[in-house]
Amino acid sequence: MRKRALDTVFALAQQDERVVYIGSDVGQGTLQGFQESIPERFFVEAISEAYVIGMAAGMAMTGFVPYVNTIATFLTRRCLDQIAVDLCIGNHPVRLVANGGGLVYAPLGPTHEAIEDIALMRCLPNMTVLVPCDAEEMERAVRASLDWSGPIYIRIARGGESVVSLPERGFFIGKAIEVRQGEKLLIATTGVMLQTALEVQDIMARAGYNLGIVHFHTVKPLDTAWLANQLGPYSHVASLEEHSVIGGLGSALAEWLCENGDHKLKRFGIPDRFADRFGNQAKLLSYFGLDAASIAKELQAWVKPS
Amino acid sequence: MTNSRLEKKELVEKIRQYRIDIIEMLHRAGSGHPGGSLSAIDLIASLYHYEMQHRPNEPLWPGRDRFVLSKGHGVPAQYAVMAGMGYFPKEELKQLRQINARLQGHPSDQFLPGIEASTGSLGMGLSFAMGCALSAKLQGESQRVYCLMGDGEIQEGQVWEAALSAPKFKLDNLVAIIDYNKGQIDGPTNEVMNLEPLMDKWRAFNWHCIAIDGHNLDQIEQAFQEARLTQSKPTLILAHTVKGKGVSFMEGVIDWHGAAPNADETAKALQELKG
Ligand SMILES: Cc1ncc(C[n+]2csc(CCOP(=O)(O)OP(=O)(O)O)c2C)c(N)n1
Repeated sequence: MRKRALDTVFALAQQDERVVYIGSDVGQGTLQGFQESIPERFFVEAISEAYVIGMAAGMAMTGFVPYVNTIATFLTRRCLDQIAVDLCIGNHPVRLVANGGGLVYAPLGPTHEAIEDIALMRCLPNMTVLVPCDAEEMERAVRASLDWSGPIYIRIARGGESVVSLPERGFFIGKAIEVRQGEKLLIATTGVMLQTALEVQDIMARAGYNLGIVHFHTVKPLDTAWLANQLGPYSHVASLEEHSVIGGLGSALAEWLCENGDHKLKRFGIPDRFADRFGNQAKLLSYFGLDAASIAKELQAWVKPS
Repeated sequence: MTNSRLEKKELVEKIRQYRIDIIEMLHRAGSGHPGGSLSAIDLIASLYHYEMQHRPNEPLWPGRDRFVLSKGHGVPAQYAVMAGMGYFPKEELKQLRQINARLQGHPSDQFLPGIEASTGSLGMGLSFAMGCALSAKLQGESQRVYCLMGDGEIQEGQVWEAALSAPKFKLDNLVAIIDYNKGQIDGPTNEVMNLEPLMDKWRAFNWHCIAIDGHNLDQIEQAFQEARLTQSKPTLILAHTVKGKGVSFMEGVIDWHGAAPNADETAKALQELKG
């Protein structure tokens, strides 16, 4: 997914002279072509994330569209003030391309696990938050980002995920994608948790459930029009994300539902604590109950089949 | 040092074993950072074996000197030394990065007694170390505080904020060490962002500065002694090192920054190290 994101940035840079790449010691592997063919718009900066945000903002102010790439935690947690002040107040079109969203860096521990990045970005005025579910959707997201006004946070998940998005559904920033209509119980996902939701759906179908699935690749702005018009068949909504239960998609839905709906809501996410286990991403997800089997079990205990 | 002092040639032998441990650990874990672990092992081993006051069987002994591994990704080197000194059974090294292990990919004080700070987000350790050194002064304690940083790491602005403040408090109990192995992820450090003239920068910030060969145990020991004798200033030791030191095919090769050796590479590395 990261490779596709960066390849797309390169493709955009070839067509559009405003596009600039800035990396902060993350390894440029796939971007050698960019560096060789457009060196004047390719910056390999030092381990100095805060400064890179300021640099990008300055360039954005003068007409460039910088794509900044580094590890999600260092972008969001370390640079929160720079992002708020330099990018969001001025509403500058900088794109933060964040590696390792969620528990991708499980073996590296809490310094590297981005489990509150969506929350931190979502609460900043003017910021748009994109969390694509696979490499194909990542490409569409990066293409859609080019002419969007204002800053965007683009979260990259683990690599090698199966492709589940469909090109004919398109990609419009701020528009949810209804993957499957069902009744009674709806799962709302973001990012690669869509794949998990599809597995959950398989399990639940065998138990007689007709599960709906909606994918919010844009967590902010939240597609409230979809919520307002499409929640009719459902009484229960479960949010599913590789993120803290505080501040992410689950919170966004809770905020909306509590003012606008009478649905029951259950939030699946990472509990409010730093990981006390390491290992790898899949093991840690299971440890937090975020594997399909555990989720299906909990949902079945929560809602009877329709 | 509260353990009996090793002869230098015994320490050399220990360090050779630590390098072996590092390679074996990373191979078993399947991920990790050999380059910066191997470049730092002589410095870390000298600290624990010769320089610091500490008690492996009482890791939280209040009188201990503090070691902050600011370049947290080099922690396999610290684990190897800690196991070698009896902080925990050597067997435990095999569990590096496993789900239920205490030995995590970056050091955390939450898991393993004897680790002082949770690091891994680069650039933070010197501020923390400076706070430890300052409180020792305020409490009239004789503790010393050591902070090891990477050369890429010192590109972070926060390092220089701490560098500016430590001399203000005359922290002669604080020693910052730079593992100057000249490499980071994106390439040679001084090509990514030129640090030179590096000694002059720290001197201009009012630090007592010493440059050494970071693989020469005599020079390392002398530098620590000189730091002890230096009054009313913190000391910066600029340790010139080789990334991947001790394994010929890793030495100076950027690709070994963050890649674990496979079975063949491990066998080759161990053959060299075992000699
Ligand atoms: C704040 C922050 N930014 C980026 C990283 C990712 N990272 C891990 S190691 C590394 C390179 C470190 O280079 P250096 O400090 O020279 O370490 P060494 O060569 O000694 O391994 C980077 C950029 C990080 N851990 N923390």
